[in-house]
Amino acid sequence: MALQEKYKELIDAATAAGVNDLNVREQEGVLYIDGASSGAVKQQLWDTYERLDPNYASGDVVMNINSVAGVVEGTKLKVTTNSSNLNIRKGPSTNDDIVGKAARHEVVTLVGKENDQWWLIKTDQGEQGYSFTQYLTPVE
Amino acid sequence: MKNLMSKMMALVMVVAFMGATVTGCKNKPKDADLKTAVETAIQANPKLTASGVTVEKGVATLSGQVPDEATKEELGKAAAAVPGVASVVNNLTIAVTNVEIAADSPLAIAVKDATKDFPTVAATVADGVVTLKGEIQKANLQKLMMVLNALKPKKVDNQLVIK
Repeated sequence: MALQEKYKELIDAATAAGVNDLNVREQEGVLYIDGASSGAVKQQLWDTYERLDPNYASGDVVMNINSVAGVVEGTKLKVTTNSSNLNIRKGPSTNDDIVGKAARHEVVTLVGKENDQWWLIKTDQGEQGYSFTQYLTPVE
Repeated sequence: MKNLMSKMMALVMVVAFMGATVTGCKNKPKDADLKTAVETAIQANPKLTASGVTVEKGVATLSGQVPDEATKEELGKAAAAVPGVASVVNNLTIAVTNVEIAADSPLAIAVKDATKDFPTVAATVADGVVTLKGEIQKANLQKLMMVLNALKPKKVDNQLVIK
């Protein structure tokens, strides 16, 4: 219960924001927070978490807020890499060969979801393959 | 007298039992014993994964995965060399996947993918715990944490030096 006290503000914020399927539980010194929300709510919750535990140094929270659960096939996605091009690969892992690249801020189309980390995408030039979802943001 | 009789009986039974055991050894080895012997012979080879041995009437059938044809032959010979094995059916298959990848856990692979774009971060995975060492720009820390937290780790032990 101690962690739920420490992160009360975070849990309250998640509840107040209406996070779907919110699931909070404490196990072996780690507080697990799962749920689904919009990208904006996810960002807000992460900022709250960072404020309560600066630099995430305590290692006592695992927060998995899925902000892309509702994204369906055909959705336009913007490439949001830090600076480089996005690799498009033959299969859903970095061990698979690169079959194409998408430029930063290029808009691609979601073809299918392999899992939460890898999506099958298609560029306007017709290149198709798997990319890491970390660098894809739905165009809203 | 009664006591002596029962002692005699016990002695007779012990002798009979020993006789039966000795006779048993002279017979052909049982399939179950052969199975154990063949398993011991082939499992000494570290290249063998997911092995299975069946023995029926002295015929040993090998199944499992090996990295190459040479290992398959080697194991077939090792099984055939076990005393009592009449013949060997070698059904070992040669693995087509990269052994190194197969050995990694899904979490370790996902963590490797997630940290690939942060070359100054060294991540290790043990018992579901992701440990981060090295350094990272403050601006990238939240992004990295978001991705790692989505991989369902047991915990994230962040020992990164924040720049």
